Amino acid sequence: MLISLQGINKHYKMGEEVVKALNEISLEIEKGEFLAIVGPSGSGKSTLMNILGCLDIPSSGRYVLDGIEIKSAKENELSQIRNEKIGFIFQNFNLLTKLTAIENVELPLIYRGVKASERKRKATESLEKVGLGERINHLPTKLSGGQQQRVAIARALAGNPPILLCDEPTGALDSTTSKDIMKLLKELNKQGHTIIVITHDLEVANEAKRVVQIKDGKLANVRVGGKA
Amino acid sequence: MNSITAIKMAMKNLKSHKLRSFLTMLGIIIGISSVITLISIAQSSTRMITDEVKDLGSNLISVGIVGRGTTTSIAYKEVLEWEKKEGIGKVSPVISGNTEMKYKNKKETVSIDGITPNYEDVQNFHIQAGRYIMPIDVDTRQKVVLIGVEAAKTFFGEGNPIGKQVTLNGLPFTVVGLLEEKGESLLSSYDDKILIPISTSERLLFTSGVKVISIQASSAEDVDLAISTVENILKTKFKNDKNSYSILNQQDLLDTMDTVTQTMSLLLAGISGISLLVGGIGIMNIMLVSVTERTKEIGIRKAIGAKRKDILSLFLIESVVLTTIGGVIGILIGIGGTYGISGLMNVEPYVAPGVVISSFLFSMLIGIVFGILPANRAAKLKPIDALRNE
Repeated sequence: MLISLQGINKHYKMGEEVVKALNEISLEIEKGEFLAIVGPSGSGKSTLMNILGCLDIPSSGRYVLDGIEIKSAKENELSQIRNEKIGFIFQNFNLLTKLTAIENVELPLIYRGVKASERKRKATESLEKVGLGERINHLPTKLSGGQQQRVAIARALAGNPPILLCDEPTGALDSTTSKDIMKLLKELNKQGHTIIVITHDLEVANEAKRVVQIKDGKLANVRVGGKA
Repeated sequence: MNSITAIKMAMKNLKSHKLRSFLTMLGIIIGISSVITLISIAQSSTRMITDEVKDLGSNLISVGIVGRGTTTSIAYKEVLEWEKKEGIGKVSPVISGNTEMKYKNKKETVSIDGITPNYEDVQNFHIQAGRYIMPIDVDTRQKVVLIGVEAAKTFFGEGNPIGKQVTLNGLPFTVVGLLEEKGESLLSSYDDKILIPISTSERLLFTSGVKVISIQASSAEDVDLAISTVENILKTKFKNDKNSYSILNQQDLLDTMDTVTQTMSLLLAGISGISLLVGGIGIMNIMLVSVTERTKEIGIRKAIGAKRKDILSLFLIESVVLTTIGGVIGILIGIGGTYGISGLMNVEPYVAPGVVISSFLFSMLIGIVFGILPANRAAKLKPIDALRNE
């Protein structure tokens, strides 16, 4: 069991009112899965993604990630968990625009304390994996949207984390490029990477092996197994 | 993250905002360069004066006579007797005054010093041509003159002054020696000096005694002994009235000067310190702006696994790199400024290594002190809040 969520609640205070963004969420994700979490905006899917990604901690409930209990972890411990366990892929790529492709990909390794020569090797490797071996020294601004997202995927892969967490990975791309990216993700899944995609796009969700729906902070299984 | 990578990253970011980085540094550049220039100029001039004083020898004692009642001076012959006393080496009494000096149709009021042959050694002031004043000149009140290079130029132009006849207050004198070139001193120019035998000056200036006596102790160790010997003589002579005379040791003079210089350096450093403070606040301001601008970047870095200390050092190193570069530029300008101004002031330039090193370290310290608040603010940002920022 790679991920286990049990009775996760997340409450926000908006002035006097308490908003229940997540309500008793339980979810288990196995190693090697390709899971899509779908839901309209405001359904709590971003909150779930933040909790899965260890960017935020739940108000109550139990979250075990790769054998580590994420409960009252300190900020620095969370940083380390994010660094080692999770590769983030964001809707708007979130690359550092002043750094070249390879420098962006090296970042997670820098924060892990990997030596420069090894860093360079691993970063080049993962850029080659996403088909950008020729453009490692380009700045993100010189790359197309699809290529930028590939750099972001390479960055997520560089540290070889057990989970790739994708937040609307195709949200900022045209449909052709979107298909390419989804193909790449599926390819990575075949190679053994666990992939979680959060999206409102059903077409994207359909590529996943399993789909769960989140609505008003509650989770419902839509389809287990099947495609891909 | 190792520090070289961190410094490279900081440099990269500073380079991407060249104008802003330069303007931010400007405060530090101005501050550091003015600290270096002001302190170095003060030290250069002090060193020059100190060297001059030291040149006279550390065993020199100056005695001034004010007098008591009708006794306002001491006869030079009496002073010469001191040479036999304990601890005292050579004694050089001087009688000073103004007279009118004339050569052909050139006429000028000059100040002259009546001296004994010991003046040469005690003042360390020699001749370059002719002969010095000799004991026989003093004994027989010879009308001979030693002339400084500047004074010689005034009266004789480029011609050889030795053997020329001049008149002092109408009395004929012969120039027998040309003094060496020695330049400006603390109080007057050596090169303007006109020296005559002390016995002759008594007559010429209508004074019967000396008011200024320079004494050389028999050795550097005997300075205190010589001072107490002289003090005892004067105490007896002026009946315990301490205000009638003053005894000044070379070391006292140097010590006083050191204190003055130190106070001055401190004051100048303080004034420049204010500009450094202003520069530091400028750094803090820009770093705060930079943190706000780069909130998203901080969020991305944190999501990827940057810890608090990584973000803290990212911004702290940036501000330290900024102030250190500013400091180095400031040091270079300061050294240049010191050489430039010293040249104008005719002072030998001297930049103390200590001042350079402490300015360098201080500029780094400014980076830390004024960078810590913005860096800490960046480090404390929550990754979700920072990521949400556009």
